[in-house]
Amino acid sequence: MTELNELDDLYQEIILDHYRHPRNQQAVEAPDMQAHALNPFCGDEVDLQARMEDGRICEVCFKGRGCSISQASASIMTELLKGKTPEEALELYSVFRRLMFGEDISEEELDGMGELGALAGVRKFPVRIKCALLGWNSLDDAIGEYAKANG
Amino acid sequence: MLDVQAIRKDFPILHQSVHGKPLVYLDNAATTQKPRQVIQALVDYYEGYNSNVHRAVHTLGQKATAAYEESREKIANFIGAPSSQDIVYTRGTTEAINLVSYTWAEENIGPGDEIVVTEMEHHSNLVPWQRIAQAKGATLKGIPLKEDWTLDMSTLGSVITERTKLVAVTHMSNVLGTIVPVKEIVQAARRVGAKVLIDGAQAVPHMRVNVADLDCDFYAFSGHKMCGPTGIGALYVKEEVLKEMEPFHRGGEMVREVWFDRATWNDLPMRFEAGTPNIADAIALGAAVDYLQTLGMDNIRQHEIEITSYAIEAFKELEEDLDHYGPRDLQYRGGIISFYAEDVHPHDLGTFVDSYGVAIRTGHHCAMPLMRQMGLPATARASFYVYNTTEEIDILVDALKKALRYFSK
Repeated sequence: MTELNELDDLYQEIILDHYRHPRNQQAVEAPDMQAHALNPFCGDEVDLQARMEDGRICEVCFKGRGCSISQASASIMTELLKGKTPEEALELYSVFRRLMFGEDISEEELDGMGELGALAGVRKFPVRIKCALLGWNSLDDAIGEYAKANG
Repeated sequence: MLDVQAIRKDFPILHQSVHGKPLVYLDNAATTQKPRQVIQALVDYYEGYNSNVHRAVHTLGQKATAAYEESREKIANFIGAPSSQDIVYTRGTTEAINLVSYTWAEENIGPGDEIVVTEMEHHSNLVPWQRIAQAKGATLKGIPLKEDWTLDMSTLGSVITERTKLVAVTHMSNVLGTIVPVKEIVQAARRVGAKVLIDGAQAVPHMRVNVADLDCDFYAFSGHKMCGPTGIGALYVKEEVLKEMEPFHRGGEMVREVWFDRATWNDLPMRFEAGTPNIADAIALGAAVDYLQTLGMDNIRQHEIEITSYAIEAFKELEEDLDHYGPRDLQYRGGIISFYAEDVHPHDLGTFVDSYGVAIRTGHHCAMPLMRQMGLPATARASFYVYNTTEEIDILVDALKKALRYFSK
């Protein structure tokens, strides 16, 4: 049953767990960066907020609605962002994009991705890649705006 | 009674496997499959008489022109238009509605006027009117839906007023399957002198439509949702309205005489068909009309009522986990069933059942205002056509059951 194996790859337990129990839902007070990402094709949404301290992301929150892939990816992302500088966060985004588009990832990079690696199964479902990237688009926007505002 | 197994043999695409399972194609509201008679019409044209239409004196040109115009006759006859001159070829419903918005509406809608739609329009019959309302200082109003997903016809008298210039309504909702009593709406519009446009994209493929009987001014539909090719559709316009309309696109074909600084317009309906038209697809749309007429539109409608009734019954097995929407009275409903499961997002449902060979659509179905009103981010939708069987409904329901189990584990 290849189909079920592919489905199991896509919907790994880690993903379903993040979908059912999304992390970091508590609104950030006085956020330093925020952004909203919408996928106009399906209506999935992610709102991201983060607070900075000493040049690092110290508090993150996301609110969203959408499919298991978009919401789990955003949830995992918020966990990975804490303690990262904006540059480190964007670097992680870039590695994750390479994973999604089927490019080679080093062992070290895979380790650095933590639970994000569970989304590797999405690669076999090209139409769902944009779901996995939705939260990351909001991060990209949020950091872009933050960088503009803070020189 | 239609012989569905015999009909299925006409559709080459249906006989394939998807992820190792027989294809169950239930996305017919998005586009239908094509019978080999339609595919053959395209091949015959390109292999036998490909040539530009009108004006050519050579044999192939005359043959192409005859087939192109014969197709227009078939379409006129199919929807009960008094004359083929009332039929303008377009790329599809969207272009047809835009044609009306950029021509008739530009000339006839002004400040303070009202355009009335329903609360369940496809974006293609909403966004063009938003543009006109904004540009002209007119107001856009919606006929509301009732709890049973039919239109609240009791509001017609208050929504359609002396200020209403245009009533633009769907004939059948692409989300809910709701069939709109358009004739009553035309009568209400007539009382205040408003024009009526009907978006027939979901109706023409599935039921008998007679524009003369409806007495509407504009009727738009697409070829690809009725066994025809993509990129071709038609706009019916009542002759007295069409002859007063300014051209949409300008260029070759739509002119009678051209000087360096001015031009005069061709006869109807060529005045609205600038440039080399989509000849092959127009001819193949005629073949699609032939195909549907051979089956009989009343038979097609009856088959879809039976399939939908079977599906609604079968969905009872899922009712603990999954809601579905649309009128329960099948006299007011076409072959569409939109559904939503609290625990499984529509996209996840769609991906899951696809692995069982079942093609359904998920998302907002180009009806975001309706989704908001339903309080849902998206739905999954199964939509049926003449080649679908009750066995396919069983496969769908079985795959949905598996999905619900899978995601609740």
